[in-house]
Formats: sequence, C-alpha cells, structure tokens
Amino acid sequence: MQVEKKPFKPLIVAFCCNWCSYAGADLAGTNRLNYPADVKIIRVPCSCRVNPLFILRAFQRGADGVIICGCHPGDCHYTTGNYYARRRMTLLFSMLDYLGIEKGRTRVEWVSAAEGQKFAETMNSFVETICSLGENKRLEDLRCKTE
Amino acid sequence: MQRIGVFVCWCGSNIAGTVDVKQVAEMLKNEPGVVFSTDYQYMCSESGQNLIKDAIREHGLTGVVVCSCSPRMHENTFRKAAASVGLNPYMVEIANIREQCSWIHKDMGVGTAKAVILGRAAVAKVHLNAPLTAGESPVTKRALVIGGGIAGIQTALDIAEAGFPVDIVEKSPTIGGKMAQLDKTFPTLDCAACILTPKMVEAAQQENINIYAYSEVDEVKGFVGNFSVKIRRKARFIKEDLCTGCGLCTEKCPMKKVPNEFNLGMDNRSAVYIPFAQAVPKVATIDANYCIKKKTGKCGLCSTVCGVGAIDYDQKDEILEEKYGAIVVATGFNPISVEKFDEFAYAQSPDVVTSLEYERLMNAAGPTNGTLLRPSDRQHPHTIVFVQCVGSRCDAKNEKGKQYCSKVCCMYTAKHAMLTREKYPDTDVYVFYIDVRTPGKNFDEFYRRAVEDYGVHYIKGMVGKVVPENGKLKVQASDLLANEQLHIDADMVVLAAAVEPDKSARPLATMLTASMDTNDFFTEAHPKLRPVESPTAGVFLSGMCQGPKDIPDTVSQASACAAKVIGLLAKDKLTGNPCVAHSNELLCNGCSSCEKVCPYGAITYSDKEFRMPDRTTAVRRVAEVNPAVCQGCGACTVACPSGAMDLYGFSNQQIMAEVDAICK
Repeated sequence: MQVEKKPFKPLIVAFCCNWCSYAGADLAGTNRLNYPADVKIIRVPCSCRVNPLFILRAFQRGADGVIICGCHPGDCHYTTGNYYARRRMTLLFSMLDYLGIEKGRTRVEWVSAAEGQKFAETMNSFVETICSLGENKRLEDLRCKTE
Repeated sequence: MQRIGVFVCWCGSNIAGTVDVKQVAEMLKNEPGVVFSTDYQYMCSESGQNLIKDAIREHGLTGVVVCSCSPRMHENTFRKAAASVGLNPYMVEIANIREQCSWIHKDMGVGTAKAVILGRAAVAKVHLNAPLTAGESPVTKRALVIGGGIAGIQTALDIAEAGFPVDIVEKSPTIGGKMAQLDKTFPTLDCAACILTPKMVEAAQQENINIYAYSEVDEVKGFVGNFSVKIRRKARFIKEDLCTGCGLCTEKCPMKKVPNEFNLGMDNRSAVYIPFAQAVPKVATIDANYCIKKKTGKCGLCSTVCGVGAIDYDQKDEILEEKYGAIVVATGFNPISVEKFDEFAYAQSPDVVTSLEYERLMNAAGPTNGTLLRPSDRQHPHTIVFVQCVGSRCDAKNEKGKQYCSKVCCMYTAKHAMLTREKYPDTDVYVFYIDVRTPGKNFDEFYRRAVEDYGVHYIKGMVGKVVPENGKLKVQASDLLANEQLHIDADMVVLAAAVEPDKSARPLATMLTASMDTNDFFTEAHPKLRPVESPTAGVFLSGMCQGPKDIPDTVSQASACAAKVIGLLAKDKLTGNPCVAHSNELLCNGCSSCEKVCPYGAITYSDKEFRMPDRTTAVRRVAEVNPAVCQGCGACTVACPSGAMDLYGFSNQQIMAEVDAICK
C-alpha cells in the first residue's frame, strides 16, 4: 500500500473547543480509538476563538494541515460561536485556496462530546487527506524555523 | 522570566505504559524557563499534590505544567493545590498526555515524542500566563417572574416562601394563565379552578410576592445578580388601589358586544370587564378599543356608578424600574391558529371548535354554563368527532404545522371524550389518532378507561376532510387498522390544536439575550443536566416556554426553577470566571465589531479622554467588557480588526506560542 520511500509524517494542528470537541477527543482516548500522533490538539474555549492568524501562523511554521473542531450547529456552549467560526473559516479557506493552500489542508468539523468515534474517524480521514496532498511548503517561512 | 516546574504523571501504567515519562521529564528540563522537572506515579494523589506544593515552595516556581490526564479531569485539582501554597491558580497549565496521547498511541517512541511536544506547548503557554483573579459581584436578592400562569405562580410561591421577594409580571389583567380556562384536569379529573384559584389567592396574599398584572417587560439591562428591568404598567383606566372588584361598572357598561377572550370569543363581555370571577387581582379593566367614553368622549357611565371613584379615563402607562438578581421566564403557550387547516373547515363552521374552546363549552363558568351545546344552533350534539395531532408531528415540508409532539393533546382528548360520555351517555364519540401517547403516572390507565369503560371509539387514522352540509358536519376519514374509508355525520368536530410558545417570548428572548430553538421554545443550558436554566446566567425557565408539558411537569419544573433561583439569591456575592475578554483601549477604535458578535451583551462603549503625543486631549469611543457578563467565548477577539480585544487565559499570544511550540 505504502508507495513513498520515506514515510511522510505530516504536522497537523487541531483546534478543539473546550465544551464539545475537546471532550470528544478525550472520549476517543477513553475508548482507546487510535488516530495518528501527527495530530496535536490545542484547546480553545470555543471554535469562534480561533483567529485566522493562528492558522496562517501554523502554515508559516510548517504545518501541513489545520483542522478546527467545534460543537454542532445549534449546540454551541456560547449559543452562536460556531456559526461565526463557520463563516470566518469559509472565507479564510477560500482565500488560502487562492494562495495555493489546497482546500483539503483546512477543515471545519463538528464533533460533540459524545462523538469519540467521530473524532477518531475525522482525524484519520484528515491525516489521510494530508498524506495524499503531501508536504506543504507554500506558506512556510524558513526564518520561523529554529533548528 | 518565569520559573516553571514540570510534573509528569505516570497515571500508574495508563500513561507510563506507552509514554516514557522519565524521558519526557528529562526533555522538558531543557525548555527555557524550566527550573524543575520530575515524574511521579499518581500526580493527582495527595502525595503527588504535595510534591507539586513542595516544589513550588522550594524552587520558587511561578508557573506549573502538569503532564497528565485531560484538564477536564484534574485541572481544578492542581489549580487548588497551587493556590494552597500561594501560587495563582491560573499559573497552572495541563498537557493532556493521557486521553490525547498515551491512550491512543500504541508505540512508545511515537507516544513519547508527542508527549514532549504537548508538554512543550504547555510550557510555552505558561510563559505567557498571568495571575488572574476572579471578579466578584453582589447579588440583588429579588427575583422577577415573567408570566403569571401556573408555572410562574408556583415558581414565585416557592421563591417567596424561601424568604426572597418576588415580582410577577403578567401581561393580561389577571394571573392564572391557560390553566384558569381549563375545565377539568387529567388524569384525576379534579376541576382546574378548584386547584388553581387557591394558589392565585395565595400568591396575592404572600407578603413577599408583588403582582404586576396588566404589565409587560419593556427593557432588561445588566447581568446575573444585577438585572435592571423596566416594567410597563399598562393603563387600565382604573385605579387598582381603589377598585374593590364589585363589578357594578361591568353590569352598567352599555357596550356589551366585546368578544370575550376568556371564553375564546364564544360570548361577549362589556368594555369595562373583570376577566373571570376569581381573577387576581380582582380589579376591573377598561378596554380602550371598545369603551365609548374613550372613543367618543361621551358616556362615562361607569364613573358615575363607581362608588369608590376608581375610574380614571386619563390614566397613562407607567414605567417602573426595578432591580433583580434573577429572572424567571414563564411565558407559557398558545394553541396554534387552526384556520389554515382548510380540510377541517374551522373557518366555515362554528361547530368545528378547538379543544380549548370545547373546554370552555364544558365549563360551568363558560358561555353555555356547562351544558354542552353546539355553537351554531345551541342544540345538544349527538355525534362528536375528535381529531388529534392537528398541527403536531407534521413533517418538515408541511409549513402549516409543527414537527414536535405537543404532548398534552392525547390526554386532554381522552379527558374530553370521557367527560362527554359521562355527562351525555347518548352521545357517540369518535377519536381519530396517529398514535395515542400516554407516558405519565396513571395516564395509560386513564386512556384505557375512556376506551373500555366509557366506550369511546378510538380509530387509528386521520380525518381527511370535514364538509359542513345541512347543519351536519360530514367527516371523511380513514380507519387504518380496518383499512376502510369512514363517513361520519357529526354534530361537532373538536380539533386538538398543537401548542406553540407565546408570541411575547421571541422579543423577550432578545431582551434577555437568552437563546431559543427553531420553534421559539427557550433552550436550556443543558438538555439533561441543567434543564431549568437558560444558557444566559441568571435567566431561568419555567413551564411551557421551554417545551410542551402538562400541568404536573410544569409544576415540577416550576419548583425546580425556584430551587435554582433560591440557590442564586442565597449567595451574597458571585464569583466570576476570570478568563474573560478585555480591551486594550489604546488600540480600540470603537468600531463596534466586537459588540455585534457578543452573545451576552457584555460589551459597551464609552467616550474616554486620551492624552495625545502633542499634549492635546482627544475624546475617543472605546469598548469596555463587563467581566461579570462575559462568558469568555472569545468571539470578539477574532472580530476585532485592530487586535485590541483579547481573552485572559487564552490570549492571542498564548495560543500563538502553542502553535509555535507544536510546529517546531
């Protein structure tokens, strides 16, 4: 199955809202559902806390994919936060696509606190997509890299 | 520079099984600012916590990173431990290396590498943490209940009995709500007025309760513990403190052709009226839309007959401003309008009635004094067809109805059918249903009694059409179980109309910044675990405004709601969440972007004076966050174009530092 000579290890940043998706990630752990270690989670109070600048920063620093997870529409702990996130990200992602960061590298998903299974599946499919897209060099700023 | 301590937990073998904890502690020692790093078997245990406390004291730590289970599990534990030795609890960060690392990765190398990165991100974040102190705000020990139905009355009584003052605001001239219009209640068949009116009187006599009937909420400002509410006392044109409720004016009033809303327009009342005999407060009200004096300036008969001089034709609306610690929404429901369901001919025939109208026709105080007569010719009906689920359980494409089950219709229809058969055994009663839903104590027994003991014909199937013809109602229906078409010549058709939230609920929700679902029912803070609180702190939900429910459920919820309110009012001070938004007024340009996205109305603007570089003074409009209202979602931080708005605990810099640490 694996065709690459050197297995590509993508770097993926996941922003998870504290109330639903972060808890969903915890549940995935509790149920021992595997997903690749390439995914690193950053906890935010709400998906609407995710500033587009954080995503740009991640790509600048060499991330291969960024995913934002929040509560399902209508379930936001703060009532409307995830709607703002959805609108902002739609704009940002199309701009990134225009800049050459493929749409597949960015994603917004709704994962509830009860959906450990969905969290693991989402991460697995996202990592798969990123692996098929390969390394992302488009926005990478080597000056940010400290070796 | 912070002095950071790193504490890596083994969690027995839960973490240590797939993460080399010693190596993680060793690697994190090299991070900038880390002056102490260790591992321990159970960091959350008493000895583990002591290890952290000792290290904080010994090494003078200013920041702590615990690499352990999810912060949702033990963040509070470690924060408390830190606070106990004088370190600000918000200087503690957790790296989740159990749920999000050791439990999902099988390979030791992979797990360890990830744990180090997660630890590094937490260290990077702690560097930028600042000590935070939760703000305190006082609590006004007074509650406002909006809506004076059974839900509002019960909530108010319970709060008042606990010793807190309560104001009830009711938009109609009397409290009592829909329950006052009911004849009997299921499944016990006790009369609604007999159990409700004593409660109404109790509410009026309870010294902690103040009833503002014929009043509405105009404006709500403030936040949990500190609401400021403007109440509009609508002009009754009667001095409430003088009126004795003798009713002489209502008898003498020459304008007697006003549709009586209490009997749903099935009879008339006078322009000056008392809604019903047991009204509380028992005070007359002049209906300015019909009063001859108000419309033409002539008449004034009521003021000449009133023995106490209570009539005041020039009365104006009065605005009161009151302060409250908690607000209870108990706005209740209405049956939907059934006119749009053409197939049931409600608009064509007066003999097609809704269940609430039927309730009034059965009631001794109703338009027929309790004798069941059909509205068209005042004859006794011999065949009655009940149609259930009119407007309930419609599919999403049907715009006329609601998708939800109205919950009470099955039971009240069984009640109507049973009472009809009991009073008039010569009447044939048919009930058409989709399903009969009877979940409740003694509910199914009640329904079965209607079928088995009272001989009500329950037919599974829907009524397709009702055609008024020669004084009869031709009902075409299908019997799904017998698979046949039925034609019934009925004298009356009774429609079990769906319930919907009262129209006043939507503007009220906007005032309270409380959220609603697509059906305009108020949403609860958590559907299972916090069912009587709105997501907006300090706003509580009681009764049908939150979803369809019967009287027992409403009263239970009303008391539960009161318990929550009492819990809030019993506190002298409220401690807030310190992780709230704050604005840098030097950067803020007053654009209002943040205010527009704030779901809590926590952001206000004020004009402030600034010293400019050339030593002049400039006045600029800048945003201000009320930390007691802000819940810390961070929507404003992203909306702010100038970067003035930031969030304590999850600042832009902190999250950026985490991104950087992960992407190293």
